[in-house]
Amino acid sequence: MNWQAMKSIYVFEMVRTFRTLWQSVVSPVISTSLYFVVFGAAIGSRIDEVEGVTYGAFIVPGLIMLTVLVQSISNASFGIYFPKFIGTIYELLSAPVNILEIVAGYVGAAATKSFAIGLIILGTAYLFVPLDIQHPFLMLGFLMLTCLSFSLLGFIIGIWAGSFEQLQIIPLLVITPLVFLGGSFYSVSMLPPFWQTVTMFNPVLYLISGFRWAFFGTADVPVALSLLAIAAFTVICIGVIWLIFRTGWRIKN
Amino acid sequence: MSVMLSVRDLSKTYGSGHEALKSVSLDIEEGEIIALLGPNGAGKTTLISTICGITTPSGGSVTVGGHDIITDYRPARRLIGLVPQEVSLEPFEKVINTVSFSRGLFGKPRDDAHIERTLRQLSLWDKRNAQIKELSGGMKRRVLIAKALSHEPRILFLDEPTAGVDVELRKGMWETVSGLKADGVTIILTTHYIEEAEAIADRVGIISKGQILLVEEKSALMKRMGKKTMRIDLQSPISALPEALGDRGLEIEDDGHSLLYTYDTAATRTGITTLLQALSDAGITLRDIHTNQNSLEDIFVELVKDGA
Ligand SMILES: Nc1ncnc2c1ncn2[C@@H]1O[C@H](COP(=O)(O)OP(=O)(O)O)[C@@H](O)[C@H]1O
Ligand SMILES: [Mg+2]
Repeated sequence: MNWQAMKSIYVFEMVRTFRTLWQSVVSPVISTSLYFVVFGAAIGSRIDEVEGVTYGAFIVPGLIMLTVLVQSISNASFGIYFPKFIGTIYELLSAPVNILEIVAGYVGAAATKSFAIGLIILGTAYLFVPLDIQHPFLMLGFLMLTCLSFSLLGFIIGIWAGSFEQLQIIPLLVITPLVFLGGSFYSVSMLPPFWQTVTMFNPVLYLISGFRWAFFGTADVPVALSLLAIAAFTVICIGVIWLIFRTGWRIKN
Repeated sequence: MSVMLSVRDLSKTYGSGHEALKSVSLDIEEGEIIALLGPNGAGKTTLISTICGITTPSGGSVTVGGHDIITDYRPARRLIGLVPQEVSLEPFEKVINTVSFSRGLFGKPRDDAHIERTLRQLSLWDKRNAQIKELSGGMKRRVLIAKALSHEPRILFLDEPTAGVDVELRKGMWETVSGLKADGVTIILTTHYIEEAEAIADRVGIISKGQILLVEEKSALMKRMGKKTMRIDLQSPISALPEALGDRGLEIEDDGHSLLYTYDTAATRTGITTLLQALSDAGITLRDIHTNQNSLEDIFVELVKDGA
């Protein structure tokens, strides 16, 4: 293993993050606060408790997930797309490194950043609603695994993307709707039976459900199923990345 | 001397179907400087990219320091420094960070003294904390060289290092290259500028249309292909060549004020003595004589023309 290389990539990426720290942190905090004002205060005041939790608290896990998924994907995709775009990828390709080291460096940095943002949003949430997290360590574990797996997905998107527009498309057109429809702001049991069935095909539901379980001990689907889903997703992403590097798809001539 | 780089029957066909390298073979000794000369699109960049792992070869094999670049890529690549043709750098990064990053990427532990030495050598030390986007084109190119040298490579590829660089900087670059050679680094550079190959290379390879036409010691190449011309200035102009000077290939120039004689330096007889004798016999008075060695440029033009 070229540990030195892995560390270099990771540190280099983290330094980039710190250079744009304000943008990275301020915008998620502001948008989360807006969600609390709109959903929590305005709408939530008209909604009774959901599954024994106040509505304001109920939406916290979904809100964190929404930001963390989008951030993981955009951080990781940008991290690898940028060198491709400006041509500095030549250095990665000519260095004595293997896929594992490259991916660990880039994805590790992207996941670290979105994990930190997740925690900041959690901190922001405390300003608005009282929270009593039932399984704090599981909650952190879940968050970490989510950051990791979606950063892997972001890495794939970054390699696939041929333009900055394509880079934005997946988080915007796929992830955001899936999060909204995956029970971020409601419990699936509140839906009519037909839509309940449809929602079961939304992979993000399993994430949010598991994450919410760690907070409040209630879930739409069994927590084991949530864990299994995210594990399977991680494995698929790793497999795809392995295939990309084996074939040199979109990175080598 | 051991072989540092060995290229065997290397070929590359791009996805577009373009055959950019056609069974190229090349051996390079440790510590030598070889210049690859060729027109645009000859395949110089493709050759370098393939050796360095940026492009996947379609056939053949390459070893660097005895290590196969595919099966044994780690030790092979640790020996290589690459300065690409295109200036690609992270615009917002500081010079010193991007150079240190390269060292780490190649698996070398941090060594501030070495980085400082490298930056000083390339006159970049004063700019170490500048963002790359603030640098001039020549400086950016030197940052690329600093990155390539950051991990102390034993073989350095310079892909058109002086393209678009002004004369002074070019000379500076040549000095850097000689300094590296003194440290025993093997250097392969591609260039358009023939005077560059002439000035710094030990051997010259000529590449055209994906094939290496020849690789020779620079001096041997000059000797083998080298023709000299002798310009004879006359006291009084002549309008036609006297019969006696017949078929020597003499040309009249400058409205009859001078004669141009071309001869082969490698031939056993250059014909100079008999020519001078014949001129004297014909009653032609000479004012001055200059000889001129053909440059690599002439050789190059000739070869590429023949190879076409
Ligand atoms: N990525 C690519 N895809 C298809 N053809 C390419 C690619 N890169 C280079 N070529 C072609 O291969 C040939 C050799 O290019 P190159 O190695 O860049 O030449 P040089 O460096 O000698 O100018 C050219 O005809 C060029 O158009
Ligand atoms: Mg080129």
